[in-house]
Formats: sequence, C-alpha cells, structure tokens
Amino acid sequence: MDPQRKRKIRLVAALSIAVLLAVALVYTSFSASTEAKQPSELLVATPGTSYEMTGRVVKGSVERDGSGIAFLVVDRDGEGRGLPVTYDGTVPDPFRGGREIILTGSVEGGTFVGEPDTLITKCPSKFTTEKDA
Amino acid sequence: MPSLGSALLALAFFTALAAAALALAGRNGERHRVDLARRCVYAFCALLTACVVIIEVAFASDDFSFNLVANHSSVETPNFYKLAAMWSSQEGSLLLWAWVLSIAATAALYVTRGKLREIVPWATATMMGVGAFFTGLMLFAPNVDPFATLNPAPADGVGLNPLLQHPSMMIHPPMLYSGYVAFTVPFAFAVGALITRRIDAEWIRATRRFALVAWAFLGLGLLLGARWSYTELGWGGYWAWDPVENAALMPWLIGTAFLHSIIVQEKRGMLKVWNAALIVATFSLALLGTFLVRSGVLQSIHAFGDSTVGPYILGLIAVVLIGSTALIVSRLDDLRSEKRIDSLASRESVFLVNNLLLVALTAVIFWGTFFPLISELFTGTKASLAAPWFDEYTTPLAILLVLFTGIGPLLAWRRVSWGSARRVFRLPLAVAGLTALALVALTDALGSPWAFALFVFAGFALTGLGQEIWRGAAARRRLTGESFPAALAGLVSRNRRRYGGYTVHVGIVVLLVGIAASSSFQTNRDVTLRPGESVSVDGREITYLKPTTEITPPYIEFGAVLAVEEGGERVTTLTPSRRYHRPTGQEGGTIGSFFDGEATTEVGLVAGFAEDLWASMAPGIDAVQRRVRAADRGFEACVRAVPGTPRSCLELAALMRAARVNPSLRPRALATIDAVQAEAIDRIARSYLTDRSPATFRLIVDPLVTWMWIGGLIALAGALIALWPSRGRRRGAVVRTEADALKEAKYREIRDAELDHAAGKLSDEDFALLDAELRREAVEILDRVENGKSANGRGAGETRPKVPQG
Repeated sequence: MDPQRKRKIRLVAALSIAVLLAVALVYTSFSASTEAKQPSELLVATPGTSYEMTGRVVKGSVERDGSGIAFLVVDRDGEGRGLPVTYDGTVPDPFRGGREIILTGSVEGGTFVGEPDTLITKCPSKFTTEKDA
Repeated sequence: MPSLGSALLALAFFTALAAAALALAGRNGERHRVDLARRCVYAFCALLTACVVIIEVAFASDDFSFNLVANHSSVETPNFYKLAAMWSSQEGSLLLWAWVLSIAATAALYVTRGKLREIVPWATATMMGVGAFFTGLMLFAPNVDPFATLNPAPADGVGLNPLLQHPSMMIHPPMLYSGYVAFTVPFAFAVGALITRRIDAEWIRATRRFALVAWAFLGLGLLLGARWSYTELGWGGYWAWDPVENAALMPWLIGTAFLHSIIVQEKRGMLKVWNAALIVATFSLALLGTFLVRSGVLQSIHAFGDSTVGPYILGLIAVVLIGSTALIVSRLDDLRSEKRIDSLASRESVFLVNNLLLVALTAVIFWGTFFPLISELFTGTKASLAAPWFDEYTTPLAILLVLFTGIGPLLAWRRVSWGSARRVFRLPLAVAGLTALALVALTDALGSPWAFALFVFAGFALTGLGQEIWRGAAARRRLTGESFPAALAGLVSRNRRRYGGYTVHVGIVVLLVGIAASSSFQTNRDVTLRPGESVSVDGREITYLKPTTEITPPYIEFGAVLAVEEGGERVTTLTPSRRYHRPTGQEGGTIGSFFDGEATTEVGLVAGFAEDLWASMAPGIDAVQRRVRAADRGFEACVRAVPGTPRSCLELAALMRAARVNPSLRPRALATIDAVQAEAIDRIARSYLTDRSPATFRLIVDPLVTWMWIGGLIALAGALIALWPSRGRRRGAVVRTEADALKEAKYREIRDAELDHAAGKLSDEDFALLDAELRREAVEILDRVENGKSANGRGAGETRPKVPQG
C-alpha cells in the first residue's frame, strides 16, 4: 500500500473514532443531566423527577428536623412563594438564611427533598457587588 | 492617595497604548522605536507596581476612605490577611491581573532584547493590547475602579470573610492569576511569529520558559485550591467539578499539551499548526477562566455575583479567537511540517497521542462545564451535569495518560527497533505484572477496575521513568568514569529539561495514584453521637470522648475530642470543631449575633503516608441557642429596667440612658455591655460542656491521599529543575545569533541520541542512521553560520563536526 493511501486510511479511522466518541458524549450528557429550576417553577413540578434547584434561603426559616434540616427557599431575585425544603446530610460552612444555594433533589408532597451531599452554598462576599452579601 | 492612584492607573493605560503604537511603528526594523516601546513596557510595570503599593498601604493602614478597603478589610482583620485582601475583590483582582501581566511582559521583553527582531514588535503590541484592555477596564467599566472612595470614610470596614482567612486561600488566587497571565507571553510571541511568517522553533525557544512558569503557577494554584477545600471546607473532598475549578483546569491541560508538542516542533519541525492552535486555545481558556469567575453565566459554588466586566472579557475572547484563527488559516502554507512521522513506534507519535488525550480531556470538561448553556440552546431548559458524569469520562482518559506517560520516555525519537523495544520494556512490564499480582493477592483493589488499571499502569510508568534515569546515569558513568551520584547529578544538570520533565511525570503519576486510591477506596460515614458514644469506621472504633469549647473575641468555638482505637488500642485523637464568628462592625450586638455571622469548620486531621483520618463536626447547638435567646431576652428586659430586675441591671440601664445623651459615656457603656455579655457567653459556652448535646460528625478514612500532595510537590520540583538556567547561560555565555541557537539545538539533539544509544534505547543500526543524519544537518547549519560570517564557504568534505561532550 502506498504511504499516501495509508495515511488517509489512518486519518479516516481516527476521525471516525473521534466522531463516535463525541456522539456518545453528547448522547450521555443529555440523559445524565438534571434539569435546573427555580423554586417558583418547582411549586408545580412533576413529583419523582430529579431537579437541580437554585434558590435563596429565607432568613430565619432554617430549623433542625430530626438528623437533618428544613428551610424555605425563594427565587434568586427573592420573589415568589417560599418552597419548603428538607435536607439530610452535611451542611457546608457558609450555609445560612439569606444565602444562595444549589441543591439536587425531587419534589415529594409539595416539599423539595434534597439528596445528601448535593447541597452547595455559594462562597459569600468574594467579588459580590451587593453590600449585604 | 486615591486620586494619585487613579492618575497613575490612567497613566499606565496610556503608556500601554503608547508602547503598542511604538512597537507597531517599529515593525519594519526601526530599532529605536522598538527599544522605546520596550522601555514603555518597563514604565507600565512600574506604574502598576505603584498602584498596587498604594492599595496595599491603604489596606495596611486601615484607610477606609478607599471603597475597596472598607469592603474587604477591617481593623480586626489580621495583618497578613489585610495584605492579601486586595485580590478577594473584583477590582483588586483585575489590578492583580494587569500587574502580573506587566511583570511577565517586562521579563519577556528583557530576556529577548536584541533578539527576534521581527517578532518582538508584534509580541510587544499584543501584550500591551491586553494590558491596555485590563487597565482600561478598571478605568472605564462601572464599579470596578480600585481607587473608588467613600465619603465620609466609615470608622471600620466590613472585614474579610473568615472562610477566606486561610493561608492557602491567600496564595491560591495570585498563583492562578500568574498562571493565566503568563500564558499571554507565548501567545503574544506566537502571534508575532505568525504575522511575520517566522514560524520556525525560534519563538518557541524564546518563550518556552514562560509557558512552563505559567504551567507551574497554574498547577500550584489548583493544588492549593484543592488543599484548601480538603482542610477548610468541611466536606472532605478536594475536587467537585465546579465550573470555576474546571475553568482553571482546562488551560492547565491544554498548556500541558502545548509544552509537549512544542518539543516535537523544536526537534522535528512538525506540528506547527497544532502548536499555534494550542497556544491560542490555552490563552483563550485562561481568559475564559477570568471571565467565568466574573460573569454569573454558570451556577457555581464560587458565586462571584453578576458583574459588569463579563461582556468586555467575552469581547476580548472573541477578538482573540477570530483574529488568531484567521491568522493561522492565512499562514497554513508556512506552517507545513518540515518532516513526517517516520513510525508509529516513536517518541513523537506518543507525544501526539498524549496531546490528543489531553485535548479530549479538555473537550469533555468544556462540554460538561458549559452544558447548562448548551442544553438551554437545544432544549430550552437549563440542565447541568454532576460529578459522576465527569468521572465517567475523565477517569479512562487519565488512566490512558498514565500509560503513555510510561511509554513515551522509553521510546527514542523517529523509530524504534523491536530489539531495543524489548530491552527497555522488559523491566517496566515485569513490574506492572508484579503490581497486578500483588494488588490481587494482598488488597481488594480489583473491586474498582479503573483504580486497579491505574495502579498497574503507574507501576509500569514509574519503573520506566526510574529505569530511564538509572540507565542515563549509568551510561554517563561509563562515558566519564564518575561515581554514580556524580554521574546522576551531572546527567540531570546537563539535561535539565529532559530530567526535569521526567521528575514532573513521576510527580503527576504519584498524584494520580493518590487521587485514584482516595476516590475509590475512601470510607465515609456521617453519624450523630453523644459524648461517650462510639462508631466503627473501616475497622476502627471512634469514640466521642468529650466536648470542648473556646471563646475568643471574634468567635465562639465548639469542638470535640474523638479517640481512635484500632484493635483495642488508642491510635490517635482527632479534634474537629466549628467556629461561630461574630459579624464584624457590630458593636454591642446581641449574643445571638454570633450565630448570625459566618461559621467555619476546623477539620480534625491526622495525615499519614498510608491513610488520612479526617473528621469534621456540626455541634448540636439547639440547647446553646435556647440559652442564648433567653440571655438576650433577659438582657433586653434588664436594660429596659422592667420592675424586679437586679440592681446591677438598673445601673447599666441608667448608664446606657446617660450615654445616649452624652456621647463621651458611650465607650464606658459599650465596655460594660461587653463585660456583661462576655460573662453570659462564658456561662453558656461552659454549659455546652455538660449538656451532652449530640453532634453530627463526618468521619473519613482516606487511603493514600497524602500522595496527592506529595506528587504535586514532586511535579513542582521537576518544573523547577527544568526551569533552572543551565550553567552556560548563568556564566553569561548568551547565545548570540539565531544560527548559534540552531547549532546549539542540533548539538543537543546529537547528544540526546548518543545518550539514548548508550542507554540501550536505540539499536546500533538505528543510531548509526540517526547520527549520520543529525551530523549532516549540523554541518548544513555550520555552513550557514560560516557563510554568514565570511564569504568563504566551509569545506563540504568535513562531515563529522566535533560535538562538545556533555
């Protein structure tokens, strides 16, 4: 086989593998992802589906609930009715009322039940423009 | 002072513009203009240094008329953190960016002064264009002026978040920034090389060190961030695939690919388009990292708030990408490879595979990081990918990288014969086999196939690297007759790049072993215990011995003493705790205010080479808070002087009433309140010691995780070895002309081949062919050098130039 042809075959083989891998990547990423929602959208969400919720913890609403905690969240801009949340697991240091959190979980009976170890509280103060943060 | 700072910043902006303009005006060889441009860059650096000094002095002297200082520092902030508070702000971090850029540009132009005459003007203009962009941003974009003032100046500042008051958090941002910024230098020189069509290895040789410095800084920044997360954040992990973490990892990975593939261009004149594309990608990703942190586009744990500078940086990225792509496409003819890959079994093809793996890794991370935007684009809903998805793709790629890290150094350039391959692969393969057998026989590593594969490949790679170093030293010993340690030292100091590189490889493999072991075989338990209760974690009995408490002016701490027993014997104790910080700037607040402020976890950690014992704690403070509320209510009743309150209360109430009328009594009143509160706090905190409240613990047994940090440090040491100037350079024997540089490079190649032959990596016939070819090329270069110096050509009959022995 002449080297020119050999190189071409190699190139086509390599490109096909790359394309196959890319398709697998795209396909799995759509099926593995969790939908991101605001608390106000979750008030009417389908029970049982997993969502990634981003919201602001209502000040003064955090309570101990057995081994976990219960609190209310509202949308990031602070509007909408509060959504009750329960969470069982380690709570990050910066977590408290008024902070923004990201939590994965599902809605059960009007309450957002967070999966353990998925609670993320945003690092406060760094680069924020608001004075109160 | 703020107005002086503003003036200096504005001056810096115009100096950068002037430098760029002068450099461009000197692009056709007007040396005085280029020299002047270089001096402008020095001035740019001096001006920004002055700006940074003004800000730091303001921080150190608590000058709260600076908006920046008032919002990120306070009187009580420890001095060390005052100096580091600058870059915890948006404005300060932009100033840091510009300042580091000015230093990098100054260093790059100083090193290349009088050289690369065609490329330097364009590189200067590129670097100063970026410099003008960032200084202009601070001057003209809203809300990011580091010299903004507050009038009247507050008495005290907001303070620095206690979570950020950690040594590694203070060093981490400047390291990352230095990494991001230093990649500007190779990028700028690449742009210059492309524009002037001087696309040989010259620009690479001039900026290789900067790329390596950038890579090392970025790596150190990532490592410090991981360390901070592990010891300070209380969740026990070091990497979360968070967008901002990914943003810093991506330029590091592509930078790694770049550092490898430029070697191929230097040695073999190949991969030129690839290298140009890689450095453009690295620089764009570094800008993207700077952008992501400030944009609020993606949901991240690093919520830096939506800020105003995001769109501008995005604009710069667009300009860089479009401009560079157009440039590369228009220069495709000049970028054609001088040679082709001779054989798949050669070092250059392994370099290519390693490059593809690194780029694939980056592509996966890029896709995952930006998936929320991609999914919104295609499906209309934002959806995100979590850590398991990232692990699924990055794990096999990382494992393959380890394998090729092992294979690469064993192969010679150009081609490898079967005989020599058998010779060099024998030992590493045997060790890999033994590692596999030992793991199956002695551990349950087979339970995690990926980790198992990684350990086996690591055994292969580490043996291969060790054998390389050993054989090199042995070959040198045969050549020179030195003792073995002297031969080893001589070998490393004569070939710093090669052996520094090998050391980095050892470090990265060790680091990946640490990551694989700790992520696959970690035991992790969350339990709630009362004092005296025990729990079993991975064969260890952990007992909550007793609660502890500590009261200091800035915080109240509740902690625990945990006893760790193994086989009935006390091995060690762990002392995790949690601190509740009083919000700063609140004089005479309630006791409850301690629990409204930040809380930080202090991890109980006993690190060891075999495993780390790690504990964090969330104390049950319900009872404490009840007592706090009662005390605050009592205090309130007291100062309102309701009937039946004790005499001391009535006195305090009278004092406070008097203070309201007469401000000079205020300090005394506050001091009295503090004293009363301190007593109450003391009582309440001590009650915690006896009320047997339950506490929630996270207990982790993390095998081999220490090796992650050790591996990182080894890799850094390797980078330092590779960066250390060689003896010739230090002596001042500067390579004067480009032809001299070419000659030097060719001699190095000949020496490398001799070493490979002596170390058994090249068979006799391959070596004979290669050596003849290299010497022929060297003669051509010598001819060119001679012709350049005098009209007399060099005798073509002389085919064996004398190579200085190394």
